[in-house]
Formats: sequence, structure tokens, C-alpha cells
Amino acid sequence: MEVLLPNDMLAIEILGLEKIYSVGFWRKKPKCALRPLHLNVEEGEIFGFLGPNGAGKTTTLKLLMGLVFPTSGTARILGMEIGDPRMKAQIGFLPEQPYFYDYLTARELLEYYGQLSGIPGKEIPHKVQEVLARVGLPNVSGLQLRKFSKGMLQRVGIAQAILHDPKLLFFDEPMSGLDPFGRREVRDLMEQLKHEGKTVFFSTHILSDAEALCDRVAVIHNGELRGVGAVADLTSSVRGKLEIIWQGNTIPQAFKGFGAECHVTGDTVRAIVAEEFQDAAFAALRNAHLRLISLTPVRNSLEAYYVSKLQPVKAVAEVRT
Amino acid sequence: MNRVYHIALNTFREAVRDRVLYNLVAFAVLMCGTAILVGQISFGIEKLVVINLGLTAVSLFGVVISIFIGIGLVSKEIEKRTLYTLLSRPVRRWEFVVGKFLGLVGTLFVNTFFMAIGVLGAMLYVAHHFEKPDGWVLVAVYFIVLQFVIVTALALLFSSFSSPLMSAVFAFSLFIVGAFAEDLRGFAGMTRGITRWIATVAAYLVPNFSALNVITSVAHEQPVSGQLIFYNTVYALIYATMAISGAVLIFERRNLK
Repeated sequence: MEVLLPNDMLAIEILGLEKIYSVGFWRKKPKCALRPLHLNVEEGEIFGFLGPNGAGKTTTLKLLMGLVFPTSGTARILGMEIGDPRMKAQIGFLPEQPYFYDYLTARELLEYYGQLSGIPGKEIPHKVQEVLARVGLPNVSGLQLRKFSKGMLQRVGIAQAILHDPKLLFFDEPMSGLDPFGRREVRDLMEQLKHEGKTVFFSTHILSDAEALCDRVAVIHNGELRGVGAVADLTSSVRGKLEIIWQGNTIPQAFKGFGAECHVTGDTVRAIVAEEFQDAAFAALRNAHLRLISLTPVRNSLEAYYVSKLQPVKAVAEVRT
Repeated sequence: MNRVYHIALNTFREAVRDRVLYNLVAFAVLMCGTAILVGQISFGIEKLVVINLGLTAVSLFGVVISIFIGIGLVSKEIEKRTLYTLLSRPVRRWEFVVGKFLGLVGTLFVNTFFMAIGVLGAMLYVAHHFEKPDGWVLVAVYFIVLQFVIVTALALLFSSFSSPLMSAVFAFSLFIVGAFAEDLRGFAGMTRGITRWIATVAAYLVPNFSALNVITSVAHEQPVSGQLIFYNTVYALIYATMAISGAVLIFERRNLK
């Protein structure tokens, strides 16, 4: 059953979702996998969930999929509670390093998932063929999955996630196991899904993928949300520094006074200086008869943002004070 | 119910492709060997020996399959994480458990069907013709299927909260104890005080497989009452339903880490 949402409806609304496992022999020692998480994902955006291994990304996805139960908090997906079968009919999920029934062929597996997703029986063969072609596996539908490579299994995983044309997709490390060409294809596919109006929530620790694809990202570390921001904002802000590149391997004496970081590579020199020294740096290069190649403001990268968010909270607090 | 059917069908397909039904080859060899050997060494009781040996083998083969596949029905899906893509679809956890259970019961039904044909074939070989009382063999086979339904449900129940190894130990132990359930009830009747109370509870908790074992009586061409067929059917269905309900209750609350 199709559930139509108002335009301003959030695709995902996480309200204080928390997960604490009991560990140890007597299961009395608490281990916090996810601290209370508050996060909203809007419809139609590609949202990157970033964090190092063991940060809590997969736990969050499992909580949203209803595979593990929260210690406290709740979440709404497409306006419905976690576990609501109507909601599950409209989402697709690709787990990390997916494993499928290896005694089935790719076609049989997708037909099985199609039946469980409630796709009318007559439409299933056509849909299966269509998604297999879409993920780049048009000619292996009759091959048993035990003969598939890791990258091929990842593609089957993506195929099963998009088979029933869901409105919202959850991908856990979707580029994992793919070669550079495969990664490019998956990136293209995710962009296509966005153009089709779908929402994509994906976890990754590959920042270049997130930077290339995401509208917004969240950084999670040690089970704690460290920051959320729009990629465009994070990468457009200037850090008050300039990158100056000139020909030659000579560094004018004046640059030492600017406190510049200089790196000589072959017959070019790259220096990072504060914006206030721009004119003085030009003058120094002119006086030394050095040829300027480029001058660009240093912009923040997603990597810088990510690394800053992974600093221990205490250390960040100390820096602020 | 459509989803339960598809899960059951896939479970059956898994068993077939994992070559579970290959046990039929071993069973066929056993039946042929027994029929030939019995024909040569016994006189007048060939059919009795074939029925006893054949039906006992049907029971043991099936119980081993019930336990060793039953304990992996859920745990294997969790361990291999195939469950993640299943439960992220509009599939309820109870549908998954019931579908897996019915799939294995279906496999055992097909397996038993072919083994029963093997037993009947061996009977025909030694006796050259069927007689009216031989029909009771089919009732014994039906009771064996009921045993499988209970054992599979128990294996599934144990596997919903313990490791596969412990589940196998629990299920097999319960099968052995259940085979002596009548003796346990007799023992409870002879004791006093708290011992009597504990023994009585234990006797009625364990599955009564001795009531489901009519192999010896049908081998001696003794009829089985309609009342026993009815009671055994109801008993097996209630017992299996309770075990599966327990498995569902546990699985509904389980974190799939």
C-alpha cells in the first residue's frame, strides 16, 4: 500500500534512539553502542552517515531496520513507527558485506525477495531482469550465488534493495568490496535514485564518496553524534589561508617571516600562508624573480571536518575555552 | 500467509539443494540389504523384522534430520546475516519462524514418504504380497511424522535461545527421555511427596513419544485404535504449537546482533 507523505514530511526522524548492550558472563556490564541520537533526514536527499569502524553506524541502521531493539528512544521512518510493515514495504536495505542464500541463483533470490515484498507475481520476472541490468549483472541471472565474487554479491545486494522501487534506501557501506569502476557505477546509481526522488541514507567511512554524493552528512564516533552539516557549506567555507604555487625550487627568505608551510615538489613550490600576507608574498616572489603559477583560497574539506569531529570531546572543549 | 508459504518453500528448496534428501540413498541401501539378509536368515518372521527395522530406521533418520537442520533454521540465518534483508521487508518475525518450521516439516514429509515406500517395497520383497493388517504400517508412519513435527518444533525452540550445539543436545536428550515418557509417568505414580510432584510435572512436560511409537504392535499385525490416532494427532499439534509459540515469543524479543 502506497503511503503518500506531505512535502515537508521527514523521511527519517530519529528521536533519542539509544542502545546499551549487557555484556560479560552475568550480562551485568553495560556497553553503550549508541548514545541518545537525534537526527532528521529530509525527503529526497542523499544523507551520509560517517564514522570510523565501530562508531555505531551499523547499530543505528539495525535499530532503524528493527533488527535490534532500542534501550530507549524511538524513530519514525516515512512517518511510521519502526517495524510497521507498511513502512517496510517502502524501504530498501543493503547490509554491510551482504550474504545471501548461496544455493539460489541471482534470479531466484530476487524473485523470492519480490514475493516477500508483495510485488504482484506477474511483475516479478520483468522487475528482476530490470534491476539486474541496472546493477550491471544482466547475464548472470542463472548462476548460483556461491559462484559470485564479493563485488558481484554487493551488486546483488543493491539489486534486492531497489527491486520493489522503495521510496527510501538504507545502504550500509555500499562501496565495500567494489573495484574503482564498480564504485563509480554505484555512485552513478545513487545519483539516479536521487533524481528519481528517492531518499538515500548511507553509512560509509570513505570520505571521497560522501563528498561526491551527499547533500548532508552526520559524523558519529564512539556511539555519539559529533556533528551534522550540509556538504556544500562544510566545503565552501574559507579557512583564512591561501595556497600559493610558483615555479622553481627557491623559497624567498620573507616566507619564513610569514610562518608559511612550504613544500618543494620537483620544480614547483607550494606554500600555505595567512591571507593577511597576500601582498607581501606577491612582493617577495616578484623581488626574487619567481614565476607565480596559482593562488587559491584554502577551503575546508570534508576530511578536515570529519577529523575535527573525531577529536576527543574533552580536547575540543579545552580548545574552545 | 502468503509470505509464510514463500519462506516455507524456500526452506524446502534449501534442504533439497543442500542434498538433505540424499539420506534416502543410504536408506534405500539399508532397506535392500535388510530385505535380502532377513530373507536368508529368518523363517516366518521376515515381515515382522523388516517392519521393525524399517520403521525404526525411518524414525531415526528423520529425527536426526529434524534436529540437525531444525537447530540451524534460525541460528544459521542470524549467523550468516541472511535474515537482515528478509526482516527489512514487510515480513513479521513470527511469519519467518512459522515459515521455516513448515518448510522443514514439508521436507521431512517428503523424505518420510519415500522412506515409507522403501519399507513397503522391502515388505513386498519378503512377503510377496500385502495383507489387510499391513495397512497399520501407514498409521505407524503417520505417528512417526507426528514425532518429527514435535522434534522439529523443539529444535527450533531451543535454537531460539541457545547455541546450535546445546540445542542439539537438548533436543536429542528430550527425544530419548520422551521415548520413555510412559515409564516416567509410571515412576511418578510410585513416588511420594515432592518427588512425586516433580516427577509428575516432568513426565507431562516431556513429549510423550512412547504413545507415538506403535512400531512393535503394527509389526505384530495389531490394529491401532481410531481414538489413539485422534489423541496423538491433537497431542502432537498442541505440543508443536506450544513449542513454536515459545520460539516465536523469544525470537520476537531477540536482538539480531
